Amino acid sequence: MMLIPCPFCGPRNEDEFSCWSEAIPRPADPSSLSDAQWVDFVYNHRNPKGPVREQWWHARGCRRWILVERDTRTHDVLSASAAAP
Amino acid sequence: MGVEELPVQRFSFLSLLRNALRYRKGWQRMWRNPEPKRRYDVVIIGGGGHGLGAAYYLAKEHGVRNVAVLERGWLGGGNTARNTMTIRSNYVRPPSVPFHEGSMALYRELSRELNYNLMVGRRGMIAFLQGTAAARTAARMANTMHVYGANYELIDVEEIARRVPAFRPPARPRLPLLGGVCQPDAMMARHDAMAWGFARMADSMGVDIIQNCEVTGIRRDGNRVTGVETGRGRIDAGKVGMAVAGHGSVVAEMAGIRLPIEVQPLQAWVSEPVKPFLDQILVFSGYGCYMMQSDKGELVIGGPTDPYPSYAQRGTFPIVEQVTAAVLEMFPALARMKLLRHWAGVLDIVYDGSPIISRTPLDGFSVDVAGAGGFKTTPMAARMHAWLIANDEPHELIRDFGLDRFERGRLVFEGGVSFNR
Repeated sequence: MMLIPCPFCGPRNEDEFSCWSEAIPRPADPSSLSDAQWVDFVYNHRNPKGPVREQWWHARGCRRWILVERDTRTHDVLSASAAAP
Repeated sequence: MGVEELPVQRFSFLSLLRNALRYRKGWQRMWRNPEPKRRYDVVIIGGGGHGLGAAYYLAKEHGVRNVAVLERGWLGGGNTARNTMTIRSNYVRPPSVPFHEGSMALYRELSRELNYNLMVGRRGMIAFLQGTAAARTAARMANTMHVYGANYELIDVEEIARRVPAFRPPARPRLPLLGGVCQPDAMMARHDAMAWGFARMADSMGVDIIQNCEVTGIRRDGNRVTGVETGRGRIDAGKVGMAVAGHGSVVAEMAGIRLPIEVQPLQAWVSEPVKPFLDQILVFSGYGCYMMQSDKGELVIGGPTDPYPSYAQRGTFPIVEQVTAAVLEMFPALARMKLLRHWAGVLDIVYDGSPIISRTPLDGFSVDVAGAGGFKTTPMAARMHAWLIANDEPHELIRDFGLDRFERGRLVFEGGVSFNR
């Protein structure tokens, strides 16, 4: 079990959250991308073995979006911050 | 090289008898433990079922015998030993059904072909249809499968109770039970035996199986793969095939390639052994979990993949709780069973839930990614990967499973993949 320090609610059980994808910045001008670049943005992710920054949603809590830094080898939660200031 | 063609010791009733009378001292090792050579025609990364199978089919069907299989740990010690041994073909997309049906046909003959008992048993699988959406999907899937000659039959609740005497429909189920859908040809097999059987035959044809040999880098010359760096030194290779389950992104990264996969743990657990009471594999589709009884008598119970990426090979507790509640709703009599073991494997889940058996942007480097659970597809995926390596182009059966499908928008969506919950 992970205890995720929600910046709005404090430490909460992982079961209250849902994990969405790796936090990848959206391209500034999507229409200028080639098909290959678009596929890289949508599908070809780093999927790292180690620290990763992800978007989590506190679905059964404050319903705010947060950024969680987590280690995929150990389930250690390194940090959590608000997704939008 | 001197010892290329080892005569393989055949297993038969007579050989068992002869060795029993000689105090079992006549058995030889099932495969050699060679030092890696400087160069191979083909290097396969990953000594699980998919990797060993690819080496076996390369040697057997394409005459490519200067092959090494590099395994980080020991043979079949990764996800080959962590799956729950179910072989089925209930898929809904046109490219998927013949691929999985073909894999089942290979499994039926594999024990004989490898002269090694994989303990393949036809069990039958019943998925409980909990809700109208599930029933509609099942009806559609049954129609698709009938087109390809696979048997998938819709049955009602009374029929489930007749086929599974231990099951009594719950009086007040949390989700409405409308019936079931049965694949009578679904099988179970011993997963370790598959790795060992492939290894033994591949070795006898000259394939070098090298354990404790982790690949740490992939060498290239321009846009052409030239070999691998390993914990036991550099090995040159004409071609390199990747068949690692759960570490696809890590190995592909060494080749400078990103794959459309996300790693997710899948948990399973096993009860104390009891007398046989359940011959079918039961799937509670509404709760995303399943249960069967192994040959040893243990109940094998598993759930959906964990809700976030992880390489940790261990699961998260909410899944255990949720699945156990579902099993007890269907089989309240099991409430006092004790659990013996629990584990998780890590799956390379492809975004559409289908396999990737494909060339890559790096020439000579091919990948075999299961896409979801990979045990059921092992012989066919391995055979197709071998074909791809030998012929440099995909067999007709896997033409839709290439990496290029993402750029072309031709994804092969299969169920059981729950991205973006």
